[in-house]
Amino acid sequence: MDAKTIKLKIKRQDKPESKPYWQEFEVPYKPLSNVIACLMEIQRTPLTADGKQINPVTWDANCLEEVCGSCTMLINGKVRQSCTALVDQIKQPIVLEPMSKFPVVRDLQVDRSRIFKDLKKAKAWIPIDGTHDIGEGPVMSDSLRAKRYVLSECMTCGCCLEACPQYTKDNGFMGAAIFSQVRLFNLHPTGEMTQEERLETIMGKGGIADCGNAQACVESCPKNIPLTESIADMGRQTSWQLLKNLLLK
Amino acid sequence: MAKRKKRIIVIGGGLAGLSAAMKICEMGSEVILIAYQSLKRSHSVCAQGGINAAMDTKDEGDSPEKHFFDTIRGGDFLAEQPLVRDMCHQAPAIIHLLDRMGVAFNRTGEGHLAFRRFGGTLYSRTAFAGATTGQQLVYSLDEQVRRYEHDGLVQKLEWHEYLGAVLDGNGVCRGAIIHDLRTNEIFTLAGDAVILATGGPSQVYSRSTASTVNTGAAATMAYLQGAKYANGEFIQIHPTAIPGQDKLRLMSESARGEGGRIWVPKKAGDTREPLKIPENERYYFLEEKYPLYGNLVPRDVASREIYEIVYNQKLGVEGQPMVYLDLTHKTKEYLEDRLGGIIDIYKKFTGDDPREVPMKIFPAVHYSMGGLWTDYESTAEGLIDHQSPRNQMTSIQGLYAAGEADCQYHGANRLGANSLLSCIYTGLMMAPGVLNYASNISKSVEDVPSSTFDEARNYWTERFDKIKKMDGNENPYKLHQELGDTLMENVLIVRDNKTLEKTVYAIQEIEARFKNVKCVDTNDWANPAASFINQLYCMIHLSKIITKGALMRDEFRGAHYKPDYDLNQPSDFDPYEYIDYLEKKNYGEIAEDAFPPGHLDYMRRYEENNTHWLKNSIATLEDNQPDITYEDVNTSLLTPRPRKYD
Repeated sequence: MDAKTIKLKIKRQDKPESKPYWQEFEVPYKPLSNVIACLMEIQRTPLTADGKQINPVTWDANCLEEVCGSCTMLINGKVRQSCTALVDQIKQPIVLEPMSKFPVVRDLQVDRSRIFKDLKKAKAWIPIDGTHDIGEGPVMSDSLRAKRYVLSECMTCGCCLEACPQYTKDNGFMGAAIFSQVRLFNLHPTGEMTQEERLETIMGKGGIADCGNAQACVESCPKNIPLTESIADMGRQTSWQLLKNLLLK
Repeated sequence: MAKRKKRIIVIGGGLAGLSAAMKICEMGSEVILIAYQSLKRSHSVCAQGGINAAMDTKDEGDSPEKHFFDTIRGGDFLAEQPLVRDMCHQAPAIIHLLDRMGVAFNRTGEGHLAFRRFGGTLYSRTAFAGATTGQQLVYSLDEQVRRYEHDGLVQKLEWHEYLGAVLDGNGVCRGAIIHDLRTNEIFTLAGDAVILATGGPSQVYSRSTASTVNTGAAATMAYLQGAKYANGEFIQIHPTAIPGQDKLRLMSESARGEGGRIWVPKKAGDTREPLKIPENERYYFLEEKYPLYGNLVPRDVASREIYEIVYNQKLGVEGQPMVYLDLTHKTKEYLEDRLGGIIDIYKKFTGDDPREVPMKIFPAVHYSMGGLWTDYESTAEGLIDHQSPRNQMTSIQGLYAAGEADCQYHGANRLGANSLLSCIYTGLMMAPGVLNYASNISKSVEDVPSSTFDEARNYWTERFDKIKKMDGNENPYKLHQELGDTLMENVLIVRDNKTLEKTVYAIQEIEARFKNVKCVDTNDWANPAASFINQLYCMIHLSKIITKGALMRDEFRGAHYKPDYDLNQPSDFDPYEYIDYLEKKNYGEIAEDAFPPGHLDYMRRYEENNTHWLKNSIATLEDNQPDITYEDVNTSLLTPRPRKYD
């Protein structure tokens, strides 16, 4: 009897500066398998489809349930998390590649520290007075909470940036993830008090004005965050800010 | 010369590590934050349902004292009472802080915090942000830490692994040995104190709700360096998880807190679609057996009952180890708002929509109540002295532990939504004490000879060189799976000594085979294999602690269930009889007919059992094996009594 297998084609790269190459794999089929289960199988039996002994493929992963954002990669050309990529639902051979907009560390691992740096630039936080007990937070309607909650589910996975034609490896564009975070913090009653600082950041180089309105970001977001809505809102807020700057400064 | 700032090394970027880092920076000291991956990816993001604080916003009569009682009783009286009481009293302030930091907590019509029910309590005590509360809390703390990074107080070393503590000639922790996971370089960091906020060890089981980083290696390394490891045998099995190949994904207790019902068809092997099975042919076994708490009995109780239904009564859905968790009676809008995140996860992984069909779930390894033994200090009034350098310090001076890596807060069974609380509480609470320790230590880290650091670095460089040269015929990932399967099969919900004895030998065999491991990756850059082999070594030691602890503890307490030592509580027993019994005992002899038949005997057995076993098990390393001794638990505030939830 022919045992059922899963076929994979994986783009590999040993070092950041070395040349990528492709390898093919065949792992035993198990029900409910996702792409990560296949990669784990390659760790346990590090052989290519034609039996060559190799270093196991490396990839990033942690939670395996699509809340940490770590295991993002290109699967059959589409950027997504590999934990929720169920083998039964995708075409074989399953083609795996690292994200293309970030420097490759090794194999399917990339360095996404640029997104975190941009979060720092955008001052994506609520500037609280301190951690001591000074009582309740601001009263807030549940509808505002709901609006913020959707935005705060962003796991900094980078899907929207990978999909964005404007975001390239070497330009300084911040991209939808950052604009949406600025909106999240500007929506908070305390965050609103410092909204100008955040707006100034995204009005500068690599900011919202560079958005080409391709709308690829919103389609790629695994958490269905209304990114184009965020971009539109930030467009409005920065326009007002620009006007205010002209009139008052 | 200006006095330099104190420098604290925090290992781990989850809730405990971030809380500690934030508080330490706020107090004006520097933090080096070490994380295995980028921050925001830590396992704390997997927590779903919420975080407990008794704020009694619904006038149900809740209070921090009731929260304290529920937590202690939920943990079968093994948790450290003064600490738990302090935690429960701090909880409302912690929620307010998180709210001010911008956590999108669900709100009431008037715009205040909303609370929901969770297991092991009768009160609505759980604040929540949809069904991704852990993720939301991690993000908000991460943002505050990023703010301190922006201000120059935090230095983050992401993609770095903690290998061990640098100990000076007196066994005092003076820093950490760090492994750069990209360059694979090994170096040391000097610090005034080191905090291990490194999470739990569920990866010692082959399938659990844990993330891949939860190997418990850092805490185990502390044990291998001489620290005490407490209550390792108390592993929480969460009643509801989604079956899967690579992991068992959590299905939050909040599904039941929001009205989810657990049931199986009354007829074994019933093949009808679940919604075609009429109400009277369904067995809502938790609701029937526990009318008071129903589906919200504590986790240890629920997991045992599901196990009983599936394996002893053979009533699992489709004859498989699964039961239904049913939300279909709730409106779609309500479910989307309150549980959207977990419903999507279930749908993504199974293809079924919980809004349309009942979910199929089964218990899974979830949390370790035990961990590194940590200290604390009380004031004369019996309250926690928040300035004490002893708070959260392990038995190695200068080495601290917080969050799931510690052991004091959950006893023999953790209540749902208490883990987020204990992680943040420990992180915040320990900060003043850690800084006091750093300020008052008699010999500063600058006075430690550099040879101490050189030796530590050389030891680890050599150790990793040796690991990289390992060239046997065992694949480390396969061996890990075997170790995990061994624990899954033998040290889970129902435990017995014969099986545990065999397991001790099985682990010994795996340990012997470990010597024959092959380092399967030869790359000299970003090579994860050597690091994993080192973690596997730690996991083997940790599984010895868990298994030996379970073998030696001849009783039934919380998550540690040995049917042979079940005290068989009479079904009509009332826990307050026991308080009555203790009082009567104080006044002299008790008439044999003072209580309903069988009750007096049961209470005597209970009391006798507690004199032996109401103790923390403490593992220390002796000749490469865990040596287990027992230490008293502080029960000065609440009298231990039998648990009962029906």
